[in-house]
Amino acid sequence: MSANIENIKQNPLNDKQLLKGRSKNVMQKYGILLVLLFLCVLMWILTPHFLTVTNLVNIVRQMSTIGIIAIGVTPIIITKGIDLSSGSLVALVSVIVASFAQGNYPLLIPILMAVVVGVAVGLINGTIIAKGLLAPFIATLGMMTAARGAAMLYSDGRPIGGLSESFKFIGQGTILGIPVPVIIFALVGVATWIILNKTKIGKYIYAIGGNEHAAVTAGINVKKVLILVYAYAGLLAGLAGMTLTSRIASGQPQSGLMFELDAIAATVIGGTSLFGGIGTIGGTIIGALIIGVVNNGLDLMGVSSYWQQIVKGAIIVAAVYVDSRKNRTK
Amino acid sequence: MENNYILEMENITKEFPGVKALDNVQLKVRKGTVHALMGENGAGKSTLMKIIIGMYTPDKGRMIFDGTEIKLTNIHDGLDRGISMIHQELSPIPEMTVAENIFLGREPTTFGGFIDRKKLTSMTLDLLKSIGINIDPNLKMKELSIANTQMIEIAKAISFNSKLVIMDEPTSAITEKEVAQLFRVIKSLKEKNVGIIYITHKMSELYEIADDISVFRDGKYIGTERAEKLNKEDLIKMMVGRELTQLFHKPKSKFGDVVLSVQNLSANGHFQDVSFEVRKGEILGFAGLMGSGRTEILEAIFGLRNPDQGEIHIHGKRVNIKSPQDAVKNHLGFLTEDRKLSGLFLPLGVGDNMITVHIDNYVTKGFLNKNRIKSDCLKKKEQLLIKTPSLEQAVANLSGGNQQKVLLARWLLKNPDILFLDEPTRGIDVGAKSEFYDLIFDLANQGKAIIVVSSEMVEILGLCDRIAVMHEGHLAGELTRKEATQELIMHLATGHSLDELDNKLEVMESILT
Repeated sequence: MSANIENIKQNPLNDKQLLKGRSKNVMQKYGILLVLLFLCVLMWILTPHFLTVTNLVNIVRQMSTIGIIAIGVTPIIITKGIDLSSGSLVALVSVIVASFAQGNYPLLIPILMAVVVGVAVGLINGTIIAKGLLAPFIATLGMMTAARGAAMLYSDGRPIGGLSESFKFIGQGTILGIPVPVIIFALVGVATWIILNKTKIGKYIYAIGGNEHAAVTAGINVKKVLILVYAYAGLLAGLAGMTLTSRIASGQPQSGLMFELDAIAATVIGGTSLFGGIGTIGGTIIGALIIGVVNNGLDLMGVSSYWQQIVKGAIIVAAVYVDSRKNRTK
Repeated sequence: MENNYILEMENITKEFPGVKALDNVQLKVRKGTVHALMGENGAGKSTLMKIIIGMYTPDKGRMIFDGTEIKLTNIHDGLDRGISMIHQELSPIPEMTVAENIFLGREPTTFGGFIDRKKLTSMTLDLLKSIGINIDPNLKMKELSIANTQMIEIAKAISFNSKLVIMDEPTSAITEKEVAQLFRVIKSLKEKNVGIIYITHKMSELYEIADDISVFRDGKYIGTERAEKLNKEDLIKMMVGRELTQLFHKPKSKFGDVVLSVQNLSANGHFQDVSFEVRKGEILGFAGLMGSGRTEILEAIFGLRNPDQGEIHIHGKRVNIKSPQDAVKNHLGFLTEDRKLSGLFLPLGVGDNMITVHIDNYVTKGFLNKNRIKSDCLKKKEQLLIKTPSLEQAVANLSGGNQQKVLLARWLLKNPDILFLDEPTRGIDVGAKSEFYDLIFDLANQGKAIIVVSSEMVEILGLCDRIAVMHEGHLAGELTRKEATQELIMHLATGHSLDELDNKLEVMESILT
């Protein structure tokens, strides 16, 4: 409060603006959280079972796969890019990891494979985009198709089962009562938040999205940053694929269908602007949870999954509309 | 009593976040007259026009149009009441015909709801004839010259039976002959008792066409005078608020060692064989016409463009700059020409915009030290007098002058030895300009070597210790502060050599004596 008053004293002409700006910021900052809380209360009223610890934990666990991917996609979208390949990458990682999680391999091997495959695909995306060969949309669209094909090829189009118990722990186990996927989701979220807010590369990511041309002129190595950003998204998609494979206890070449769009939806609902330069990890996590709460609540109410898709679609459109309005008023 | 005024704007105030665009201004336009609006960029003219046509709503103030107080909420509202505007940037639909463009959205229709082409053509012909323009209504807009496009825009503005027409620099794209035609149109409008608000930067046409002149400066109303009672000198004083020469300091003449030396630098198609030096504490100016290669030279030195040949030495050592990263490492800084295109990160905050170049300095063990960032940014904010409510304010909400200061702060945090300033005061108001000039002189006194590219003669002449003049990619000549005059610079910039001028002077002298 005292800081506020000081500010007003320093800028007597602008105090009104300052306050106006503050209240607008509050809405922008916490608006999406209020939406989540509102949805939770709504679901609680409609279906009392919604607000149980088991169910809430369940929602977060269900959303963790999409959530992890979305956390990787957020920095990409902040740079004004897009990644359509993450769903297919989940499938490719799934079948490769599964083949290394059978029998006597130590647990480290499948984990390492998930990281290697994810980062490799991300590096290819990032390199093509950073060199300016193709626009992010096209580059990752191609990768989406190719990675899916590679997953089919690797597994002969069949699921890979017989995974070791130790590997299944990643998707099915709990630590202190918390499901492991939720822990991974949380760790990835914290790590990415630190990268975006506390490091140089984080500032660069926002700068590139804000104005790539200016970023070049300011001496930022834009290519390097873009390659890293896409590689990081690949890494997280790899981790998501690994977690999913462990949870369903089989490598599925058909898994991860449409995941890239759910991840983008979570990111955009969470306030990340497709125009670049704006976005937060907290927003993306809340965006993922909103999708989760809506799915779960409608499930509990016995609403058909077809209707669920329509509701989800409406939420995405509404979120992007709000985003474009925000940009227009500038 | 019949009201003499078509428009009376009273006590208009309009604020944008962080900027007071208009501060309690007024404007009274008489019927059947041309009212010229003068003021530097950022004086608030365009904001006031946008309020008059209904694009913006004022925070405070009254608008009286044709004797009744009105409140406009959108442009259509304004058009319906008879207020139209010819914008500086033309926006025709190139694939449609002249007639279709003029009556877009108001086409005459037949009973079936189809467009009545015959009537459309005849209406257009009548309209064009009434203002003495001879253009085929069925030509496509893309077939017209820029000047004729302008004429069609004017015809369109008139076609709304407007009682008030606003013209924003209508002559910026047309030839003298067409200007004469435009002035005839304006006279015929005056005879129809239409009021005209005319925005221009050209003094000569101002006195030819204007009845009244109002001057704005820094969002404030300065005054209104009958054109015949206001001479040029007084008008400039009203616009600028002080004599222009007061903006600049006394020059100094002692400089340090050569900091940057460029030899035989060429980039094919842009500039050839350019050599020059800048010393510690010296301000070197690059003058020349648009496209003469001034900006491209800076870009080539800075690693934004690959030179084909030539050498660059910094502090006496040959350097090989392949990218802006290399340039920054070699103590160069570059305030680029177009701050929105290649300078600002518009969605980001003021602080985040400042630290981009110097960010390495704030990293300890991989993490950013927010406290040091904040204190350094606040120091620069105070030092450069940047007006912003906070460091978190999106830089997009600042005025042009303050945005430019944020970009200068970005480079000053890094503290480069050599600073390139490309059109440093473009599009910023006169008050901010003078502050900016002070800053540039301070930097030179601190021992920075500075290169200024500017299209404003006054700026080049006032700021620079030495002036290099470019002509079509070649260095046409170099002038010292003492030698340089506006005429001499133009002489070189248009491709004449100094020898030629000397000869001419000798010839003239011999004739005179």
